[in-house]
Amino acid sequence: MAIFDKFQPLSDVHDQLKSVGQSPSSLQFDEIISPTEAVLNGRRTILLGTNNYLGLTFDQTSIDKGIEALREQGTGTTGSRIANGSYDGHKALENELAEFYGMHDAILYSTGYMANLGAIGTLAGRGDYLLIDADSHASIHDACKLSDAEVIRFRHNDPVNLAKKLERLADKPGEKLIVIESIYSMLGDTSPLKEMIAVKNKYGASLLIDEAHSLGVMGATGRGLCELAGVEKDIDFVTGTFSKSIGTIGGFLVSNVPGLDIVRLASRPYMFTASLPPSVVATARQALSRVAGATVERTRLWDNATQLYAGLKNAGFDLGPQVSPIVAIRMQDPGKAVALWNGLLDAGVYTNLALPPATPSGWFLLRSSISAAHTSQQIALAVELCAKIGRELGLIPCPATVGASVEMMNVASPRKVAKQEAEKSSDEDETAVQA
Amino acid sequence: MSEPSISSAELITDPVYIEVVKQLRPHASKDASISPESIILSDLGMDSLAIMDFVFDLEDALDLTIPEHRIAEVKTIADLVAAVYLLQKEA
Ligand SMILES: Cc1ncc(COP(=O)(O)O)c(C=O)c1O
Repeated sequence: MAIFDKFQPLSDVHDQLKSVGQSPSSLQFDEIISPTEAVLNGRRTILLGTNNYLGLTFDQTSIDKGIEALREQGTGTTGSRIANGSYDGHKALENELAEFYGMHDAILYSTGYMANLGAIGTLAGRGDYLLIDADSHASIHDACKLSDAEVIRFRHNDPVNLAKKLERLADKPGEKLIVIESIYSMLGDTSPLKEMIAVKNKYGASLLIDEAHSLGVMGATGRGLCELAGVEKDIDFVTGTFSKSIGTIGGFLVSNVPGLDIVRLASRPYMFTASLPPSVVATARQALSRVAGATVERTRLWDNATQLYAGLKNAGFDLGPQVSPIVAIRMQDPGKAVALWNGLLDAGVYTNLALPPATPSGWFLLRSSISAAHTSQQIALAVELCAKIGRELGLIPCPATVGASVEMMNVASPRKVAKQEAEKSSDEDETAVQA
Repeated sequence: MSEPSISSAELITDPVYIEVVKQLRPHASKDASISPESIILSDLGMDSLAIMDFVFDLEDALDLTIPEHRIAEVKTIADLVAAVYLLQKEA
C-alpha cells in the first residue's frame, strides 16, 4: 500500500539481511534457559547481547515478589497514575530510588525511553536550550522533538565543543540543560564526567545524565558513573531504566532540585500512559534492593568484560575505546559485519548487530553486552568463535592463539535443562565446532 | 529558508559560501559537484552522520552554532548560506 512506500529503503535493508541469513528484528527464541543461555532455532545459544548486566532476570526472590504482587494486586493498573491513582508500590519504589541515589525525589516512568521523553522533553521548554551529545540514544533525540526548547548538539564526549556552544549562549536568557549518558550504548565508552561538570558549572547550566547502562554496573554501590567519579553533588537530574541491570521494565527520573513533583503534571509521557503493573514494580524493588550489595556480581561483570575485551583485542579486532560491559567490534564492511553476526548465531552465540545511522561514525557494529552471570568459559568460547569466524572473513589478519575449548560450551550452562540436553543431538555439537 | 538573500551567481564568490564548500569537501563524495543549488541530503553522497560532522566543522570554522531546527529547515547549500547569515545577525 502507498502509505508504506516511504519505508521501501528500510524494507530493502531488512530483505537484504534476510537473503543472507537471519534478521535481528525477526529473531525468535524458542526458550530462555537462564540469563546467559537460550534456545534459538533449536540450538542452545549463549546470550551475549542482553544488557542483563547483573544476571538478575531469574533471581528467585524477584520472581517470588512478582508472583506475590500479581496474586494480591492483579495484572495491571489499567491507567496512568494521574487518572487512576497510584498503588503503594509505585510510591515505595520512588522512595527507594531516591534513597538509593541519595536524592530528594524520584518519579517513575513506564520505560527508560519514556523517562527520557518525560524528563528532557518537559524540563526544557520554550526559550530554553537543550545541549545534547552527538551520539545520544534515540530516546534523547526523540525527547528533543517533544520539547519546545532550541536543540544544540555538541561533538561526542567533547567538553571543549560543549563549552564553545555555551559560551555563544552566555548572554541569552533561558535555561540551559546539558544531556549526556554515562556509558554510551553502542561502543561502551564513558562520558568524561568531571570535565563536563566543570563546563556546566562555569556556564551555570543544568546537567541530566542517563545512567541506563551504568546502574548496578559502576560505582562502589552501583549508583553508576556519577558515584564512581565522585561527582553526585554536581548532578541535577539522573534518568535510568529497569530494563538492563534490574532485569525488568520501567524508567525513572531522580533529582535533588527542589520541587521536582510538578514535573508529573507537565510530563505527557507520565500522564498519558499506564503506570507500571504491580508485579513489575515488585520485581524492580527487589532487584534494586540487591544492587548496592552486589559487589561480587560487579566484580564478576568487570572481570568478564575485561576477558572479552582483551580476548577480542588480542585476536586483532577493532573495538570501542575502553573496556566496558558493552564490547563492540567495529567494522566498515557491512557484508562482513552481517556474516560475522550470522556466523556467531549459527555457532551458538547471540550478539547484537547494529547498523548506521544508529551507530556512531557510520560503523557496522557487532555489539555484545556482558553479564555477571556469564562464566569465564562462555566468554572464552565467544572469543574463540569470534576469532575463528573473523579470520575466515578476513576481518582480522593473523591467526591468534586459541583460547578455551569448544567443548566447554556444554559445561557453561548455569541452569542446565535436562529436557534440552536430551533433545540435543550430538550432530548439532559437531556443527558448533565446525562453524 | 528556500529563498537565499543572494543570487546563485553572486553566491559563488561569497565568503560564507566559499567556507561552506571548503568544509563540505571532505564529507561529500569525491565525484559530487557542489553548487549553490545542490541539495545537501541527496546530491552530495552524504548520510545524516556525514551531515552532522560537516555541520560541526562548519560551526568551528565560522565560530557559530547552528541549532537543530535550523539545519532541518535547510535544503540546498544556498539555504545553508542564508541560514548562516541569519544566525550571524541574531548572534
Ligand atoms: C542510553 C539509553 N537510554 C534509555 C534507554 C531506554 O530504556 P528502556 O529500554 O527502559 O526504554 C536505553 C535502552 O535502549 C538506552 O540505551
